[in-house]
Order: sequence, then C-alpha cells, then structure tokens
Amino acid sequence: MITVLILMTLGIVIGWFIHKKENILKFVSKLTNLSIFLLLFLLGLSVGTNDQIIKNFDQIGLLAITITVFAVLGSVLVSWLTYILFFKKNER
Amino acid sequence: MKGSLIILGFFVLGLLIGIYNLLPDYLLQNDYSLYALYLLMFLVGIGVGSNKKSIELIKSVNFKIVLVPLSVITGTFIGVSIFALIQDKLSIIDSLAIGAGFGYYSLSSVLISELSGETLGVIALLSNISREIITLLFTPLFARYFGKLAPISSGGATSMDTTLPVITKYIGSDYAIISVFSGIVLTILIPIIITIIL
Repeated sequence: MITVLILMTLGIVIGWFIHKKENILKFVSKLTNLSIFLLLFLLGLSVGTNDQIIKNFDQIGLLAITITVFAVLGSVLVSWLTYILFFKKNER
Repeated sequence: MKGSLIILGFFVLGLLIGIYNLLPDYLLQNDYSLYALYLLMFLVGIGVGSNKKSIELIKSVNFKIVLVPLSVITGTFIGVSIFALIQDKLSIIDSLAIGAGFGYYSLSSVLISELSGETLGVIALLSNISREIITLLFTPLFARYFGKLAPISSGGATSMDTTLPVITKYIGSDYAIISVFSGIVLTILIPIIITIIL
C-alpha cells in the first residue's frame, strides 16, 4: 500500500504546480468523481458475489452504525474539551 | 448530499448485479479495483495540492488550528476503542481502521477491502456514510451543546467539502478555514493511518 501513499504525494506536488489551471482541475475533478463511481460499483459487485456478507447484511449494518455513534461521540466530546480550553476564551 | 446518493447508487447497482450474477465470470476474475484505487489516490492528491485555500491556510496556521484534526483523531480512536471493548464481533484493530475513515467512505472502504477483506470494507463503507449523514442531521445540535468545533469534529474528513455548507451555517463562516483545514489534514492522514493500522 506504500504505492498509494507515493501516488497521493505525487498528486499533491503536481496539484500544487497546476493550481491555477482551471480547465485541467475541472477535468481532474470529473475524473475523480468517475473513479469514485467505478470503485464503489466494483465494491458493490464483489460484495454482491460474496454470500457471507449478503447473509449477514443486517448484522453488519447494525455494527457499522453502532461503531459510528461511538466514533462521533468520542470526537465531539474531545473537540468540546479543546474548544473550551483553547478557542472559547478568544471569542469574548 | 446528492453526490452521496449517486455514489451509494453505484454501490447498490454493483451489489444487485453481483447478487443476481448478471456479469459473466471472466469479468469478475480480474481485480480492477486496485488500479482504480491508485488512480483515485493520485487524483485526490491533485485535489488537495491544488486547493486554493491551502495557501491561505498555511499562512493562517498556528498551534491552535492543528489541535482540531488532532482532537478528531484522538476522540474517534477513544470512541471506537470503547466500542471494541464492549462487543466481541470487531477487534480493536478493525475498529480503529474503520474509525480512521473519518467519514471519507469511498476511500476508506476501498482501501480497507484491499488490505483486510470485503466484509470489513463494507462495514467501513456503511459506517463512514453514516458519519456523514449524522453530521448533516445533528450539526445544529452539536453546535449548540458542544461548542463550535463539534460539527467540524463530527464531520471528520467531510468537513472540507460535503458537510462544509451546513457546518458554516451553524458555527459561522469565521470557522470555515478551520473546518477546511481539519478536513484536508484528515484526508491526507486517512491512507497513512489505515495502512499503519492494518
């Protein structure tokens, strides 16, 4: 997966140099959307052909939502603390 | 929101075609998704690097702004660790990896399926989609009771684009820069953290 990180870094450097070329960026943004569509389609396809996942879909869905509630609550509470300690004072 | 529905639509389309076996087997033999992922990562990089706000951001960065994505990461990891302790279906490693999607479901789900299998990939997809939906729905509540950073924090990586409009509506546009900054930092860190964890 190091390839992924190298490609992303390469993209950031190239993006930095072409940040004024609107037409290229528009094309990049369209291509980004297309590749997201393709990837999610492919993920759906491999999930659809995986009986193990299809059989347990309700259980998987419930797990996913529960873990998200914990993730969101955790981050909201920690950022509340950060807000009170470092941000709130400067506003008044 | 419309964009998310289209993306979800493509997932469901693939799902149905898979379930009803509508594609010939020789097409399913090859794993194209890895190459599509490489392309996406490169494009996401260009998007981050060319973000016009990033120059403005680097000028405005001080010690405090860095605390925002740091709080998101810390809080998310504390939350999912507690989750991992109270049930036995997902290990702490798997839970951390799912949490490290920070709402960026397309990227995290594909990365996680490549690294750890489709079951975990699907959980990551559903979980991180719900993170975006929860943020869209509960931003007014979070902003009111948990301070101005709470909606940014809930949004995770989505606070730079899909949830930004609703976030700035409730916490004010002076926090927009912080929101975008946090989203960009998390977007860059997602593949790094997930790769390290799994």
